[in-house]
Amino acid sequence: MKGAILRNRLSPYLFVSPAMLLLVTFGVFPIFVALAVSFTNMNISAFANIRNVKFVGVDNYVTLFGDADFWQALANTGIFALVGVPAIVVLSLAVALLLNRSDHPFFRALRSFYFIPAITAIVAISLIWGYLYNTQFGFLNYLLSLVGVEQVQWLSDPVLAKFSVALVAVWRGTGLNIIIFLAALQGVPKDYLEAASLDGAGEWRKTFSITVPLLRFAIFFVTVTTIISWGQFFDEPFVLTDGGPLGATTSVSIFLYKEGFRMNQFGYASAGSIVLFAIIAIITVFQLRARKADDEY
Amino acid sequence: MILAIGAIITAFPFIWMLTASVKPQRESTDLPPSVLPKEPTFEYYRVLFTELDFGRYLVNTLAVVAIGMVGLLLMAMAGYAFAKFEFRGKRWMFFLVLATMMVPIQVTMIPTYLILNQMKLTNTLIGIALPTLVGGFSIFLFRQFMSTIPSEMLEAARLDGATEWRTFWQIVLPMSKPILAVQVVLTFIAGWNSFLWPLIIASDQKLYTLSVGLSLLNQQLAVNPSLQMAAASVMVVPILVVFVIFQRFVIQGFALSGLK
Repeated sequence: MKGAILRNRLSPYLFVSPAMLLLVTFGVFPIFVALAVSFTNMNISAFANIRNVKFVGVDNYVTLFGDADFWQALANTGIFALVGVPAIVVLSLAVALLLNRSDHPFFRALRSFYFIPAITAIVAISLIWGYLYNTQFGFLNYLLSLVGVEQVQWLSDPVLAKFSVALVAVWRGTGLNIIIFLAALQGVPKDYLEAASLDGAGEWRKTFSITVPLLRFAIFFVTVTTIISWGQFFDEPFVLTDGGPLGATTSVSIFLYKEGFRMNQFGYASAGSIVLFAIIAIITVFQLRARKADDEY
Repeated sequence: MILAIGAIITAFPFIWMLTASVKPQRESTDLPPSVLPKEPTFEYYRVLFTELDFGRYLVNTLAVVAIGMVGLLLMAMAGYAFAKFEFRGKRWMFFLVLATMMVPIQVTMIPTYLILNQMKLTNTLIGIALPTLVGGFSIFLFRQFMSTIPSEMLEAARLDGATEWRTFWQIVLPMSKPILAVQVVLTFIAGWNSFLWPLIIASDQKLYTLSVGLSLLNQQLAVNPSLQMAAASVMVVPILVVFVIFQRFVIQGFALSGLK
């Protein structure tokens, strides 16, 4: 009997510990390592001899804030998020609302089309778009040439490249959010809408006065996750432009990857990653606060 | 109507990919471009698997996906404990689970590389799969679902003398089939598509996954888009098949997660 009690006390820990161990090792512990490394000059030479690592205080952070490339990467990421977040939220909400209007098999089939980009590898997607964007034989320039537009430098013009890269990410980002909105739409009570119909409310009125307000949590969730994902924007510009031309599409992630794994400046890149972490944390906490205030009404 | 046009625009790049993958090289750089290939050929698929190492990349990718399924079991166990047990430290452990969802991979990527390097796991398939084996969001989904399993059933099993493990394995897991189905699909998709980690950890070509192999073909664009599109198809088509079969579960799963 005593054994049984002991076993019962231990068992939750046995169930929870393998996952927690991995989570702590690869999700929590690294943050502290990053913080520690960011105060050192650690680079590739540390692998040869750990004594090559020196404590340098806040030097990395000082250099970072004086680094024009870092500021450019920050600004790029900010622009991406500013344009991309509203685009993705509005677009996916609109498509979900339209898709939700009918349960007809045709609409169900249409749904899958919208999800396809979300579930396919970004690398594959980026290659396909790279082909569509190609200046000489790309399909997009061919379409434009039919209406008499000159060759467009989709990926080599600094201003346009930002737009081209973001377009791919928006195209890809809507799919998953449409799923989330559709799931949330299933939770909207039908009788509210019927009651509104009886009161003579039209489609627009019902959508904007009942459905959309009821989707508040889903909209909030999608906005937060979308902001975080733009903060980590990496694959599309990495494959399409490698951050170019002239750093126009270098996101913070690409900047960190290049400093960390191409230049092997681990200390410097870690300092950058801590700054990114701080920014994302502040934005998230700020949003949660706003959300709490909103709940009190 | 708008929806149908939108759907076609959304899917168009994939149609373009598939048709280009069977066009002879000359045709895929032709102007004006033709949508349908005039002389279809499967030559480039052959090249991928015989002259390039895509067979090996495919095996590696499948191995990463398989290891990911082990992670799934660990997450189901954790979700079960959070849903059905009271224990000391539960609150802060669960807080930790939720908090890790917020940590960007760029923060952990360098330290994790250093940690794996210390463990001598760089350049191994385990090293590629391990850091992403367990994720906060999945544990959260499991917990949400498993809280709905009636506790009386678990009590009955315990009274009948079943061990905790047996209760989990023979009662909890079978009852969790809907959420398991979703998670299997999501894990498959995530493992299949993962890019940044394999890129960082695998410096040995023998360990490349499909996504890394594919990104190396990037330079080929000017020369041979057909080959590139064939490689992209190898990556995209299996995931489409999986998704078309299981999409019902995925949508249900998000509904189950309580996002209302």
